[in-house]
Amino acid sequence: MAEAFQFELVSPERLLVSEQVESVVIPGAEGEMTVMANHAPVMTTIKPGVVTVKTVGGKEERYVVFGGFADIVPAGCTLLAESAVAVGDIDRADLARRIQDAKEDAADAKDDQSRSKAEQFLAQLTTLEGALLAA
Amino acid sequence: MPSLKDLRNRIASVKATQKITKAMQMVAAAKLRRAQEAAEAARPYSERMGAVLANITQAIGGGGDAPALMTGTGKDDVHLLVVCTAERGLCGGFNSQIARLARDHIRRLLADGKQVKIICVGKKGFDILRRDYASMIIERVDLREVKKLGFVNADAIARKIIQLFSEGGFDICTLFYSQFKSVISQIPTAQQIIPAGVASAPAEATVGGNAVYEYEPEPGEILTDLIPRNISVQVFRALLENAAGEMGAKMSAMDNATRNAGDMINKLSITYNRQRQAQITKELIEIISGAEAL
Repeated sequence: MAEAFQFELVSPERLLVSEQVESVVIPGAEGEMTVMANHAPVMTTIKPGVVTVKTVGGKEERYVVFGGFADIVPAGCTLLAESAVAVGDIDRADLARRIQDAKEDAADAKDDQSRSKAEQFLAQLTTLEGALLAA
Repeated sequence: MPSLKDLRNRIASVKATQKITKAMQMVAAAKLRRAQEAAEAARPYSERMGAVLANITQAIGGGGDAPALMTGTGKDDVHLLVVCTAERGLCGGFNSQIARLARDHIRRLLADGKQVKIICVGKKGFDILRRDYASMIIERVDLREVKKLGFVNADAIARKIIQLFSEGGFDICTLFYSQFKSVISQIPTAQQIIPAGVASAPAEATVGGNAVYEYEPEPGEILTDLIPRNISVQVFRALLENAAGEMGAKMSAMDNATRNAGDMINKLSITYNRQRQAQITKELIEIISGAEAL
């Protein structure tokens, strides 16, 4: 059995998860990464995606996050999500609204840099939607 | 001297008022609990955010790639004040306390020859500040329609602030709100959010101690992403503290009102009873003296 470590998922509204887990899959800005105990210290931004948490009991929980940060140290991992919900509770209408917003942002962008940023965000959101619909 | 009927009416009306204030107190108590829970639930996020920020600023070491939101513009000519108050009154000195703090601050800044801009969050602060500083109010955020404060509300406000900053609209931004200490004490607070004062945050708050972090992407990039988010978090926290404070203030104000109404009813009832007794005595005397005269 893999070693356990402390994982915390926090959104501005509340603390969603705080428990001992075996591994966590994080949608990092530069690719997905699996965090296990004694991971080297890393700080990364995360993109909209699904966080998969494998608890000590072997149970798997999935959460949808919309951007944020992960602070990983050997002793634990803290995920500061801009907004996070359990996959089971995801509100399709809310997701659609976010995509709509992102589309508008991309259309409104003034310079190339902010446009490419908005488009990237939109692409991430649509990928996420696709993944969720398939699930 | 009011007649018996007047007194009776008066007592009835005070009793009705007392019922209303009592109901408002109970509603405030229920809302306070919820607001307090929300404020407490939001605390871990802002704490962790503080720790992460302290960590990353340390890593950058105040280098040249720190974003302007953090270092400021280097000037302090134009000040932006974000004054957060409640949307409703009937909560004692809650709103006026915040407004007074803001007003003192404005007066000081004006005396120093600085330019002041104001963003009002909440109707009451706007009403108070409008009297003296109407020309400085550039924006008014209305949260009356909002049933439950969410991060999105705070994010919208923070976005406005940041946009204004990037357009060069101001140099220093200060947030005014009321810190929730307890039901009976809320402390009006001024907090500077731009340039962010995180650089001095204690580094020992970080979990990893002096661990060498890997950053993905570069620290500077993370920071540019993190600072605006931190501003949203600060605004969110201010709004939540305010919500809890408002309810606390309202609760104690309504408690006082209920008690005052009770006192008033007691006093009025005594007058009423005395007068009734006096009238009975008077009628008795009239009857007796009438009988004696026969």
